[in-house]
Amino acid sequence: MPKAKVTFEDVGVTVTVPAGTRLIEVSEKVGAGITYGCREGECATCITKVVSGHEFLAAPSVLEHQVLKDNMAPRHHRLACQAQVLGGEIVVRPG
Amino acid sequence: MATPAAAASNGAIGIAPGVHWIGALDPDLRNFDIILRTANGTTYNAYVVRGSAGVAVIDTVKEEFTDDFLRRLESVARYDEIRAIVLNHLEPDHTGALPELLRRAPHAQLYISTRAQPMLKGLLKEDTLYYQAVTTGDSISLGDRTLSFLHTPYLHWPDTQCTYLVEEKILFSGDVFGCHFCDPRLFNDAVGDFRFSFEYYYAHIMRPFRTWVREALDLIEPLELAILAPAHGPILRDAPSRYVNRYRALAESSLKNEAGEERTLLVFYLSAYGNTRLMAEAIASGADGVDGVRVSLYDLQGGEVQPFVDLIEEADGLVFGSPTINGDAVKPVWDLLSSLTAVSVRGKLGAAFGSYGWSGEAVAMIEDRLRGLKLRVPLPGVKAKLIPNADELSHCTDLGRELALHLTGRFEHKVIDMAALR
Repeated sequence: MPKAKVTFEDVGVTVTVPAGTRLIEVSEKVGAGITYGCREGECATCITKVVSGHEFLAAPSVLEHQVLKDNMAPRHHRLACQAQVLGGEIVVRPG
Repeated sequence: MATPAAAASNGAIGIAPGVHWIGALDPDLRNFDIILRTANGTTYNAYVVRGSAGVAVIDTVKEEFTDDFLRRLESVARYDEIRAIVLNHLEPDHTGALPELLRRAPHAQLYISTRAQPMLKGLLKEDTLYYQAVTTGDSISLGDRTLSFLHTPYLHWPDTQCTYLVEEKILFSGDVFGCHFCDPRLFNDAVGDFRFSFEYYYAHIMRPFRTWVREALDLIEPLELAILAPAHGPILRDAPSRYVNRYRALAESSLKNEAGEERTLLVFYLSAYGNTRLMAEAIASGADGVDGVRVSLYDLQGGEVQPFVDLIEEADGLVFGSPTINGDAVKPVWDLLSSLTAVSVRGKLGAAFGSYGWSGEAVAMIEDRLRGLKLRVPLPGVKAKLIPNADELSHCTDLGRELALHLTGRFEHKVIDMAALR
């Protein structure tokens, strides 16, 4: 299975994960500062800055795109509860 | 303006030329949103502004008071004159009359903050919503009157905003500067003593968002203010800037932290036989050995919850130690942890530890709660069966040191496989 490397910059941890993993599945386990509310892509509590490697995340769904827009998220920000890792190396930090 | 029992009548109450209060009194309410006590009820303040080119309604009232609201509105304006409906906050106590108002004034343009759209959808349950999203710098003209918007989110919901009537220097502030205090005399220079309600409201509604309060004050303080017109409680026409200044004071740290540039780590514990205390002392000792971190150690049995909450609000890192008794952390820990929604702890560093007799669930339960409170919990807690031995105390010292390194940004970068994560 393809792997990806996700670095949570605020806690200095890089995790090797299988492709398809959502950021939420890892960030809590490493104790990163990304925090969650609804966990369903609606509340925008988990807005996360993708410092690099945004192209290695699956494109946002229509719903995620709308929530990011409604919450005035800057470019290269994603909802950690929705964003799925495809491969490569990705660096994130709380948005 | 003499206003004995101004709002006891059914009509609108003038607060400035062409500006009226059209809200509702709820004197019998004794509990608001479950979390607030309301000793003499509350008011739901809504306003109407008349300009040479039309009328604007600012906020509405709780649904059960729709008739009062509409009757007051009808006493000063016709529905076909309403050009704008401004919603400063979409919580149901301010939007309960909105559906009926929209039914009667379907041509009116709805103005909400840029963050309010999801809530509007949740309230109106309609597939197609017609509204204009506004933010700081946007304004609408009513001819000779201008309504200017201030984007002030998280006071106390994401959607909140303030609206400034430029010509009359009136700030319609939504819940900010409000309080639950019902007095038909309506104005701050006429009502009874509402000081405790003002402070109580801030402490329970605004305090968790004090960073946002400070950002909002940065926008509000430069405004000339003749009247502060909040969405609950007295209209502040006498010395309104006094209330703005009070908010600034409340939103700053209550006691200057003498740690200065140092990061602060608080270690709380309870101990039945001194074992969890030994672990607490080892953690504090480990953290204390790291430059740039100031450590404090507290026995929860020796203190009240509220002062600890005040300390936690200012701290960078929090560690909680509890023995496991009957499969749970002990009640004083939960009492403190359940009180932290009154302050912002999001993003602080957290950890847990404790001694146990046979099962030791407390540590994991505390860690879960810390995550629920949106703390970072990057380091696994330490458990010790009954009396901690030298190795276990050494783990505690290491935990304290690593926490301190995290707080100062000097942690070691780790590379791990997902399968290794618990």
